[in-house]
Amino acid sequence: MKTEISMEMILLLAALLFVMGIAGVIIRKNIIFMLLSIEVMLNASGLAFVAAGSHWGQPDGQVMFVFILAMAAAEVSVGLALILQIYHQHKSLDIDNLKEMKG
Amino acid sequence: MEHLLWLIPACPLAGFLILTLTGKSMPPAWVAIIGAGMVSLSAIFTIIIGIDFLTFPPASGHHSQTLWTWMEVADFHPKITLYLDALSLVFIFVITFIGALIHLYSVAFMAFDKDYSRFFACMNLFVFSMLLLVLADNLLLLYLGWEGVGLCSYLLIGFWYEHSENGYAARKAFIITRIGDTAMAIGIFVIFYQFGTLLIPDILAKAPSLWHPGASMATITALLLLAGGLGKSAQLPFQTWLPDAMAGPSPVSALIHAATMVTAGVYLIARMHVIFELSPTVQLIVAGIGAATLFIAGFSALTQYDLKRVLAYSTISQIGYMFLALGLGAWTAAIFHFMIHAFFKALLFLAAGAVIDALNHEHNMSKMGGLKNKLPVVFWTFVIGSASLIALPLISSGFYSKDQILWFAWASKNGNPLLWLIAFLGAFITALYTTRMVILTFWGATKTEVQRLPGKLITIPLIILAFFTICAGFIELPHNFGSLTLFSDFLHQVLPETVLKSTANGEFSFQLLAALATFGGIYTAYILWHKQPERIEKLKRNEAVLLLYSFWHAGWGFDQLYKTVIVRPVVFLANINKNDVVDKIYQGITLVSIGLYRCLSFTQSGSLRWYIMGLVVGAIIILGIQIIL
Repeated sequence: MKTEISMEMILLLAALLFVMGIAGVIIRKNIIFMLLSIEVMLNASGLAFVAAGSHWGQPDGQVMFVFILAMAAAEVSVGLALILQIYHQHKSLDIDNLKEMKG
Repeated sequence: MEHLLWLIPACPLAGFLILTLTGKSMPPAWVAIIGAGMVSLSAIFTIIIGIDFLTFPPASGHHSQTLWTWMEVADFHPKITLYLDALSLVFIFVITFIGALIHLYSVAFMAFDKDYSRFFACMNLFVFSMLLLVLADNLLLLYLGWEGVGLCSYLLIGFWYEHSENGYAARKAFIITRIGDTAMAIGIFVIFYQFGTLLIPDILAKAPSLWHPGASMATITALLLLAGGLGKSAQLPFQTWLPDAMAGPSPVSALIHAATMVTAGVYLIARMHVIFELSPTVQLIVAGIGAATLFIAGFSALTQYDLKRVLAYSTISQIGYMFLALGLGAWTAAIFHFMIHAFFKALLFLAAGAVIDALNHEHNMSKMGGLKNKLPVVFWTFVIGSASLIALPLISSGFYSKDQILWFAWASKNGNPLLWLIAFLGAFITALYTTRMVILTFWGATKTEVQRLPGKLITIPLIILAFFTICAGFIELPHNFGSLTLFSDFLHQVLPETVLKSTANGEFSFQLLAALATFGGIYTAYILWHKQPERIEKLKRNEAVLLLYSFWHAGWGFDQLYKTVIVRPVVFLANINKNDVVDKIYQGITLVSIGLYRCLSFTQSGSLRWYIMGLVVGAIIILGIQIIL
């Protein structure tokens, strides 16, 4: 049985995921969790793209999602490398300890 | 031949460029060859062109050669044009000929200086600028040369810049002449405003129709030009820089501060004589300043012990005679005295340089003496120069030039007995201080031993100059004997004749009086400083005399006066206003900027989470605005 899920519901879910992601980035102190939250945000936007694509019957939305996936993979690899470096130098993953760029 | 005219200034300019660009790496012999050679070449061209000018006088009375147009702005297009007439011929002859001799002398005199090439580069630049000044056909080009000689004077007074007092003297000379130069620049603006042109022949032709005699504009213009001349020629009230300018090497004093640059004021007034003739008041002021200067400087020269300072004051005094002559309308007499003075004063400075060098840089005359037999060539040439300076009758050229001025001070239309009396007393004082100088330097007991004898390159220019010092006077003899007027006839192509009073007579008795003043001065000096020196000692015990002595020694307190009236208040105001009031506005702007920057920099906390917060808030605000609108 094919249930039609309304567009509004999907976008609401995407927005909810996005806000959760942002909240995670802002609230979390650990850099690894911040990175995870960013992944959540990326996927939220990906979901919105796919939903929009299926709504208008266009492949563009899914194409965009493939791009986002590729970007997310790259971002995670670079981000993890950076996190490793940060841990090397500061022996900590607490974002509040990393305020060297204070003006 | 006149198409070669451009080569006269071009040679020293080429010398200057070569020496500045490559002089440091050049062997000294080459520097000497280029430095002295270029000026000598220029002198040779001058003599060729001069002979050509005399044998085939141009119909218009002048040659002019346009090289190129300097600039073109609307109807103002000054050209680089060289203009040769009788007046400029006399000047370029003196500049290049004496300049070449002084350069030859410097080859030996400066031989041991480490800045050999810089010296010759500056000297060549000076000769170039001076030639430009006297050959210019428009006031703008003249002003370029005028500033050029000022710059070279500054560079050469401060030549030995390691001693701070030399730098001070150079700055003093530069700043004081600058006051006059500024007035002169304003004078040039006034002329351009009035005539619409800066071409000197045009100005002189138009002036009588534009201004009636005594017009206020003519007076203002003449006064402004006069101020420029006074500054350059070290006349009252700008005379204080010249004695200090003796900090430069002796050849510099001879060339710049005796023979040529300081007479630029005389040239300017003679060149613009029409404007001065239109303003009798200014003429009288010129004569008055000349008379006052020659008198004041004469007394100061009497009290100096520095050999070069005596000569410096005597230069001021002799230029005072030239200004007196200019003020009297005795134009040719002024130029004649300029030429004779250039010969004998260059000779005196070069000889003084030789003495100072021989005594291992001893300037103080009270430590000299007895050099008569040790430096015979220097002694005899110095005596010949001194004879000319004190106008020894008949045999010295100075007599023929100065006697003319004395006579015109009495007999010319503008002359009056007071001017004559001052000039007459000046002649007596000149004889007094010159004889004193000769006695102190060459007679008496030896106080400092001669360290080294001057070489051939030093003595030969002295001998040549001494020859001219004697002979140059014979081209112009007084009316009552000989009545030879080669020089003044030649100059009358350019300058008007001197108008005499209808009642003027008895020239011979005035010559007799002048001769008496000369001999009286020599005799008094002989008694005071040689025969009975105890009289001087006796005089020195007198309180009033001592006071007068120190007053004269300090140049009549002019330095002190300017220090109190001008320098101190300016320094005082500058001290008060150390934190410039106008600066406060700009300081306010910086303060506000700094405050704003502090506020903004507070937001850069380094906390990544705050930044993201900011991003989110910003995005929400923008989205909110989008939705609401």
